[in-house]
Amino acid sequence: MAFKLDAKIPAGALDQKWSNHKAAIKVVSPANKRKLDIIIIGTGLGGASAAASLGELGYNVKVFCIQDSPRRAHSIAAQGGINAAKNYQNDNDSVYRLFYDTIKGGDYRAREANVYRMAEVSNLIIDQCVAQGVPFAREYGGLLANRSFGGAQVSRTFYARGQTGQQLLLGAYSALNKEVANGSVKTYPRHEMLDIVIENGEAKGIIARNLINGQIERFGAHAVVLATGGYGNVFFLSTNAMASNGSAMMQCYRKGAGIANPCFTQIHPTCIPVHGTQQSKLTLMSESLRNDGRIWVPKKLEDVKAIRAGKLQPSDIKEEDRDYYLERRYPAFGNLVPRDVASRAAKERCDAGFGVNETGLAVYLDFKTAIARLGKEVIKKRYGNLFDMYEEITNVSPYEQPMQIFPAVHYTMGGIWVDYNLMTTIPGLYAIGECNFSDHGANRLGASALMQGLADGYFVLPYTIGDYLSHKIQAPKVDTTTKAFDDAEKAVKAKIEKLMSIKGQQSVDDIHKKLGHIMWENVGMARTKESLNKAIVEIQALRKEFWKDVKVVGRENDFNVELEKALRLADFLELGELIARDALNREESCGGHFRVEHQTEESEAKRDDENFVYAAVWEYKGEDQVPELTKEPLNFEFVHPAQRNYKD
Amino acid sequence: MSCFLTNSSLGKKVVMSVSGAFLVLFILFHMSMNITAIISPEGYNMICEFLGANWYALAGTLVLALGVLVHIIYALILTINNYKARGNQRYAVTAKEPGVSWASKNMLVLGFIVVVGMGLHLYNFWAKMQLVELLGQHTNALGLSPKDGASLIQATFSCWGYVVVYLLWFVALWFHLTHGVWSMFQSMGWANNTWYPRLKCLANIVATVIFLGFAVVVLCYALGFVTVAA
Amino acid sequence: MNFTLKIWRQKDAKSKGEFKTYKVENISADTSFLEMLDILNNDLIHKNEEPVAFDHDCREGICGMCSLHIDGLAHGPGQAATTCQIYMRKFKDGATITIEPWRSAAFPVIKDLVVDRSAYDKILQAGGYTSVRTGSVPDAHCMPVSQADAEESMDAAACIGCGACAATCKNGSAMLFVAARVSSLAKLPQGRVEGARRAKAMVAKMDALGFGNCTNTGACQSECPKSISIAHIARLNREFLAAKLED
Repeated sequence: MAFKLDAKIPAGALDQKWSNHKAAIKVVSPANKRKLDIIIIGTGLGGASAAASLGELGYNVKVFCIQDSPRRAHSIAAQGGINAAKNYQNDNDSVYRLFYDTIKGGDYRAREANVYRMAEVSNLIIDQCVAQGVPFAREYGGLLANRSFGGAQVSRTFYARGQTGQQLLLGAYSALNKEVANGSVKTYPRHEMLDIVIENGEAKGIIARNLINGQIERFGAHAVVLATGGYGNVFFLSTNAMASNGSAMMQCYRKGAGIANPCFTQIHPTCIPVHGTQQSKLTLMSESLRNDGRIWVPKKLEDVKAIRAGKLQPSDIKEEDRDYYLERRYPAFGNLVPRDVASRAAKERCDAGFGVNETGLAVYLDFKTAIARLGKEVIKKRYGNLFDMYEEITNVSPYEQPMQIFPAVHYTMGGIWVDYNLMTTIPGLYAIGECNFSDHGANRLGASALMQGLADGYFVLPYTIGDYLSHKIQAPKVDTTTKAFDDAEKAVKAKIEKLMSIKGQQSVDDIHKKLGHIMWENVGMARTKESLNKAIVEIQALRKEFWKDVKVVGRENDFNVELEKALRLADFLELGELIARDALNREESCGGHFRVEHQTEESEAKRDDENFVYAAVWEYKGEDQVPELTKEPLNFEFVHPAQRNYKD
Repeated sequence: MSCFLTNSSLGKKVVMSVSGAFLVLFILFHMSMNITAIISPEGYNMICEFLGANWYALAGTLVLALGVLVHIIYALILTINNYKARGNQRYAVTAKEPGVSWASKNMLVLGFIVVVGMGLHLYNFWAKMQLVELLGQHTNALGLSPKDGASLIQATFSCWGYVVVYLLWFVALWFHLTHGVWSMFQSMGWANNTWYPRLKCLANIVATVIFLGFAVVVLCYALGFVTVAA
Repeated sequence: MNFTLKIWRQKDAKSKGEFKTYKVENISADTSFLEMLDILNNDLIHKNEEPVAFDHDCREGICGMCSLHIDGLAHGPGQAATTCQIYMRKFKDGATITIEPWRSAAFPVIKDLVVDRSAYDKILQAGGYTSVRTGSVPDAHCMPVSQADAEESMDAAACIGCGACAATCKNGSAMLFVAARVSSLAKLPQGRVEGARRAKAMVAKMDALGFGNCTNTGACQSECPKSISIAHIARLNREFLAAKLED
């Protein structure tokens, strides 16, 4: 049976939808909130802000994270900034313009109503963070400073040096701490969700593993909120943190939550290139660098050869022999085109043989012009920490020589399908932040991930979850001794036992690297029907190999990192196939999804608005079964989809 | 308010800081007094007489002793706390962190040397001066008047062993003060990045002045630059 | 490059640990320290041995998850960097490298190189926040903050809570960590409101959790991967004293 998707988008004018909806939904009285339990998985911007806000409202919140402290969630690594439609620069910014840029940046594959709501609450987020003591950058007059970011022609990005994600997360985490002190929130660090428990079709709790002693524990609640972030690590090498994973999403998927548009993965254009086969992790250089850095490769192939051979330094190449290809191809936006466009352009140049490092997979990001224009001190003030970080890693000073950059997997726009209330196809199960699919369409603009996580957690979920919980005020505490919990726990234990008993020849990382290779080569920046079909076959084979040949050392009732990784990889091996299937189904190019068959004569992404203006929602049909596709049509009432043009 | 000085780690540091400041002032006073002994042994003896067994001097001595005692007791309490906080398992390998002074990590050892030196000093001088007067006697073990401090200095530093020991003692005090003096500003919160270089410079000046002030007296007497008229 | 590694192995919190020696070979100079440990672990797994447990996550020096006392220094050689930002070119080929967990009474070992740093969370729960509710706040521009104050606040807010300060301090003192939070909020008008309460509560919690006393050695700022200055400790002392003198 296919999903009956109801996005529950409120009627009315675009700018009235959220107000109308808030007025229409139910609220829970303070006395009743005390009786209701909410579980939140993840403590990034979405999870921490939701936990704090729901705790303030009076609900009993239990919040789980796999790290040793809620403060370590990967939101912390976001560098550049957070968007808001404050129009402090007087550059004609507005809620509508932020909404429009986001829809356009997402290549017209996001839901209008959700995106508008996010833009609408964006200003409240800045107010909230300032009140929490987030030390945003200030102008001399003491007011907030802004910078510009890819995909926008206004300056609307608020920032705290190159550590905006960290500062916003510390703000949300401190709000969370306040509620822990008040007794309304209880934290469970070093706990990993291993399954969702469904009773009578509703989410009733989770099974979690205590990562310190390996104990399997049960937790019940009246509603469960996933805030588990993205699944970019399916590619093995990505800019995501090592432990970032898609397992919570897959657990819910197997229990009936739909996954939407999983093929929409974002490749970030400015990462430090791969250096060898032993690498575990890719490092992102903030997109903000594109504000002042100019991206180029040599015009002449002989210069490329000389550079690769070490005979020439990039600074030796004359101005007229440099190809500033973004400025050449996209005069209006230049180096500030959206991420997908910049990434593909880099790939195009490298495929043509102009890549500048020994692997041929790197382009230059040069600050020479900016240093000449603004002086070294200004550049140092703006990007000093990033430059130092780059030099630490590569042993090259960006003040002297241009940086080398190359695209890498960074963010996943796809995720769990949610309605306007952020509820999944399972009643009582919500998904917020990066782990849902809702706001970024096929491509996310820079500085918008932080905005979405905090919008959902501070200002959307605390309202919408009340609508569901208002029906639960008579419900007693969830009993965790029921059959549903028994079964879920048994299944989890059986899965762990099976993994431990295989005792094969390959380590988890060995197999994860193979998966990453399949994904990057076939489901990466350029996808074809052949490559995707090949990926599906290869992933299926690799999955079989995993369940026959993986080696998990150590014991299950113990701190066992290998077991944690094996459980996550088992889910990635299913998710990888789902991504490939979704990419295969989407016979168009849009945003982060580029099908080679579908491009314009100028090698730009060619959308198909006749046939693909929908969110592809996948339903689990059993182990090794082909999932079923349900389409949620996207109705563009207010914006007319047009080909994205960043040229003029 | 009384409790935070005994309960809180920051309060205890305030006590260390204030008692330390008091001791530094005393030492400066003591040093200027000593200098008199090379300018004018007679003048020095007048001071000795003034600071003999009268109530003002006695009260001063008691307050001073209390200051020393508080400084030592708090140092011991803090050190025991700190030792416990470090845990049972110690690092197998430690290295010197860049920019960290040796003195700052060895204040207790330095303090211990200072206290031992102080014991010796009390035996050499105080026991032969104020204590003798307090006991109502008129000559000390060396057969000198307890008011004849200058001759006592001369007698003590005619022994080269004492000269060396006293100089070592002053070196330990120098190290102790190079950290202690700026550190007391830090513990009171009167410091920032602009003032660190200034405070550390001040600490070095104070420590060096005190070292030189004391050492010069010892050396002048030991080398015979100053002799007391018999 | 080749290295000999002396690594602390400890089965769990209760067991007694010991050093074990391992060899890693053919490591490229561009390999990060933690990638080197990944390589060692993969070898160990293939030899059916349990891999070395160590904390890590973002590998970009921002999450604060990685720790390690390497050759006697918190976060290893190199200033202003976390362990994940250390590259093997910092070491001599053929060197013997000693790797220990954070050692501090307040950070008990969980396994091998993994320690429990929840004490830091508890200190922040005692007052490391502004008591404002979601949605109840004024407009962001109602309180101008001088650029200098915002920058100084940011200097302190850069703390990643990794624990290096307490781990490196000979007194096991968490003062730099506590000071960073107190100072960061003290420099902003929105944090000033409950500055006195915050300083007192956080210091009391820090003491209760068994951290040591600051003796101003400055080892914490030297080893802090974010170079947080002990000037923030001075500010904490000032805040605390002022608060106590008002009581």
